[in-house]
Amino acid sequence: MNTATYIHHHLQHWVWHTPVGTFNMDTLCVSWVLGLLFSGSFYWAARRATVGTPGRFQNMVEILYEFVQTQVKETFHGRSALIGPLSMTIFVWVFLMNCMDFLPVDFLVFFGSSASFKLVPTSDPNLTLGMSLSVFFLIIFYSIKVKGLGGFLKELACKPFGPKLFMVNIALKIVEECAKPLSLGLRLFANIYAGELIFILIALLGWGQSLLGVPWAIFHILIITIQSFIFMILTIVYLSLAHEEH
Amino acid sequence: METIQAITLVAGLQNTTTWAVVLLISVGAFSTAIGFALLGSKFLESSARQPEMMPQLQVKMFIIAGLLDTVTMIGVGIALYLIFANPFINQLIELLKIVK
Repeated sequence: MNTATYIHHHLQHWVWHTPVGTFNMDTLCVSWVLGLLFSGSFYWAARRATVGTPGRFQNMVEILYEFVQTQVKETFHGRSALIGPLSMTIFVWVFLMNCMDFLPVDFLVFFGSSASFKLVPTSDPNLTLGMSLSVFFLIIFYSIKVKGLGGFLKELACKPFGPKLFMVNIALKIVEECAKPLSLGLRLFANIYAGELIFILIALLGWGQSLLGVPWAIFHILIITIQSFIFMILTIVYLSLAHEEH
Repeated sequence: METIQAITLVAGLQNTTTWAVVLLISVGAFSTAIGFALLGSKFLESSARQPEMMPQLQVKMFIIAGLLDTVTMIGVGIALYLIFANPFINQLIELLKIVK
């Protein structure tokens, strides 16, 4: 197996072709397992929360909760019961999925399988663009809910130039609204995909792996934290803009 | 068509692709470096001016750092796609197979 086929093999998903469509089963399975793990353990921590001295896991959950709540309180200028749990889910879930990048590139070969399985769900653009499209639909839903359908259409046609130039306003609004989910999803995908590709390229080096792998892994910790934090903050900002009314 | 002519065509396309990748990655790296330098210098200057604001400013700095990175990373993603799964080369090879 030469270099090109090694890299190509590690960039293939475990695909399942059905008559309805094609599914990347590795992305789906890993993201479901991580989501159940995260929500199940946080629910369990909330169930067994004590007012006295908290245990370590409860402590960590509380720290995360306070962190997310400060960000939501600072950035979100509206009233919604959804925004807090949504932000925490986005932050912790995206962070956990990005963390899968720290498992070795040849993890499955260690268990004797040479199947093509990509361990990092967020390096699949289907997942990141799916998440950002959900945020996009939430933006539209909340815009219509807060402003009413008439108000939403009036704002579509009359901002920022007057109602006479409604074609220009609609065109600008479409560009702005489509750029949001695209940039949100592609930002996360591109960062994590580039990081994973560099891990694969480092794995081809043989002796130099420990020399280059350690600094890159340390830098990657910073990158995944920043990227999951940015996804959460931008979701809060976009939903706050959708809740704005005059 | 002769094999050597087919190889020349593929080599020419690989040449162009290499230059495209070079431009994508280098211009992205150059502009991101300048952007981060401006961002970091403003942050350091304002932290020196008002040290009590530093935690809040640091959070905002990381947010803007992530936004700056976006289009560069999208460029890097496209560049890597051109290196490893170049659609132009695949199309050319399909056409050459038909002509052969």
